[in-house]
Amino acid sequence: MSKIIGLSGNEAAAYAAKQSKVDVVAAYPITPQTIIVERFSEYVANGEVETEFICVESEHSAMSACIGASLAGARVFTATCSQGLALMHEMLYIASGLRLPIVMDVANRALSAPINIHCDHSDMMGSRDCGWIQVFCENVQEVYDWTIQAFKLSEDLDVLLPTAVNFDGFTITHAMEDVNVLEDSDVEEFLSIRKTKYKLDPDEPMTFGALTLPDYYFEVKRQQEEAMKKAYEKYVNVVKQYEALSGRAYNYLHEFMLEDAEAAIICLGSTAGLVRQVAKKLRNKGRRVGVLKPWLFRPFPSKELLKALENVKSLAVLDRSLSFGAPFGPLCSDVITTLFSEEKTIPVFNVIYGLGGREITPKEVEDIFNLALKAAKTGKVEEKVKFVGVRE
Amino acid sequence: MYALKDLPKEELFCSGHRLCAGCAHPISVRMITKVLRGPTIMVSTTGCLEVSSSIYPHTAWKVPWAHVAFENGAAVASGIEAAFKAFRRRKVTDKRVDIIAICGDGGTYDIGIQAISGALERGHDFVYICHDNEAYMNTGIQRSGATPKGAATTTSPAGKEIPGKPEWKKDFIGICIAHGIEYAATATPAYWGDYLMKVRKAIEVDGPAVINVLTPCPLGWRYESKDTIKIARLAVLTRYFPIYEYEKGKYKLNIKVPKPLPVEEFLKIQGRFRHLFKPEFKKDLEEVKLYVEENWNRILKLCGET
Ligand SMILES: Cc1ncc(C[n+]2csc(CCOP(=O)(O)OP(=O)(O)O)c2C)c(N)n1
Repeated sequence: MSKIIGLSGNEAAAYAAKQSKVDVVAAYPITPQTIIVERFSEYVANGEVETEFICVESEHSAMSACIGASLAGARVFTATCSQGLALMHEMLYIASGLRLPIVMDVANRALSAPINIHCDHSDMMGSRDCGWIQVFCENVQEVYDWTIQAFKLSEDLDVLLPTAVNFDGFTITHAMEDVNVLEDSDVEEFLSIRKTKYKLDPDEPMTFGALTLPDYYFEVKRQQEEAMKKAYEKYVNVVKQYEALSGRAYNYLHEFMLEDAEAAIICLGSTAGLVRQVAKKLRNKGRRVGVLKPWLFRPFPSKELLKALENVKSLAVLDRSLSFGAPFGPLCSDVITTLFSEEKTIPVFNVIYGLGGREITPKEVEDIFNLALKAAKTGKVEEKVKFVGVRE
Repeated sequence: MYALKDLPKEELFCSGHRLCAGCAHPISVRMITKVLRGPTIMVSTTGCLEVSSSIYPHTAWKVPWAHVAFENGAAVASGIEAAFKAFRRRKVTDKRVDIIAICGDGGTYDIGIQAISGALERGHDFVYICHDNEAYMNTGIQRSGATPKGAATTTSPAGKEIPGKPEWKKDFIGICIAHGIEYAATATPAYWGDYLMKVRKAIEVDGPAVINVLTPCPLGWRYESKDTIKIARLAVLTRYFPIYEYEKGKYKLNIKVPKPLPVEEFLKIQGRFRHLFKPEFKKDLEEVKLYVEENWNRILKLCGET
């Protein structure tokens, strides 16, 4: 059973956390995520949840409190972005290193300086290697669905890793959409209560966060990487089970008209909708183009990506963040590495776009497709990294 | 008041940890664990106590214990406390668990002050114990906001021009009390009965309670390992470290020192103050002495002893 209600991205996140029956929420407001915290406070004020809500004094303490609560065995949720995520940075590594299944919604926003409240992916990309599972959502429905699925994946005893659910600031956080929501009881059944073998428990005293020297540290990190592999395997079960419940099918990547595509664009998040629309238009004109949107970014779905791109002859990878001084943006680096590792040599170019909330236009997307189509023909790219939508 | 013979024999902080001989941290932790009320979870921040008691695959802790980072003992404790509140609300457990954070002065006076302030303001039910050895000892004796004026540390060395740390020690207890909490106190392991009583009182408080306990450090203060308790006692008997408590708006002087020993008695047996006895720094020594007197009078006044 499900019903449709109108929710913004932020409201969908709060609603999903509520239905997931989280024990503890520790959070701090930051635009454009603030409404998640506000909505959740309302649930608390109205007695609609049994959650303990800690209105902390900073994001650093938000993640610290989440870590404490999760160590005690609680189901824990928080939300942040941008400067808040940066302030948490140190704690992100500790959350994953202690193998705590915390779920955090990130309303992606640019980083200072200069200060800017609008969307890009610099915040999460800055924490790319912190050992969190990372998913990127395209719309409000996905925010709702992923926030719930994230608990399932994170809390799997073979996984035990935190998950960041990313969605574009303002574009998704403030967009009101019809959202298919599940019955409370369905979510309760899907997630059941968090089970854990290791927790702060006076009946069974254990030490957490020990000092680990060169004789053990490496093994711990290796185990974390194994947990990422487990997350990759378990991911399929989670989305399949969720599909059975909701009728909505997720996968590692969303593939659009790729089977016979000559040129394709890869991108994350809300941009994918626009790119697909342009692709459809070009298809009507007989151009063979397709679109690939990874839902899962960490662990990176290399195998599925290669398969999806089997027939594609050229590729444009869109990055909504910069890795200063690096050969490519973060997504493009991963894509190229993946292709290269399987000796797949097709022309690939990187498009840096949309920093600080700059809109990308249909015309710009069309131009990118045309460049990719040209590259498919000639087998060459003229410009490896292209900045689109910026005044030079 | 506690009688030695009534204290539990069981040690919840075991031998085998790698703290220095003469370190006051394990002495303090053992004392704390003697007066627990029931199920307890402990938290520590990064520092000497943490690195020496939890070297994987060993642990000295027989109570559930967690270390997360250097600056967030109070925030981690807040999260644990909140989790148990939620568990009780959901009837997952009816257990009441006491939560005690034991953190260094660096993790308290400096980098952790924001998290402490937040946790005190929110009123979490936990005990915050600062192991105040007046410097960052774990990283090799650097100044902290708890380092007293005139003490030489590796970042406030005694040079030709500047005789050790130029600034006074922060009033951490004053900062905590200003948050409107119910209970705060100072203590030292030299007065164990007083300390145990305060730890238990702090546990019994429904809400945050803070204890700042002076924990001398042979390495950082440069004295012989056997003198730890003697120095802790001298700190009190010279009025250098007043032992008092604050309970529901009222201050009380717990250790009265009617006939104080000269401050020099406390200073001169420690290497960190040695330079203060050079003729060129006489003025500085006088300043320290004056400060000790003024601080004592300030506390006396708060305690209504004047
Ligand atoms: C964010 C951060 N900065 C610096 C450090 C390095 N560091 C570890 S312990 C410590 C000092 C600890 O001093 P204190 O809290 O006084 O405890 P003590 O070791 O003296 O008992 C420092 C500076 C750290 N772990 N984290």
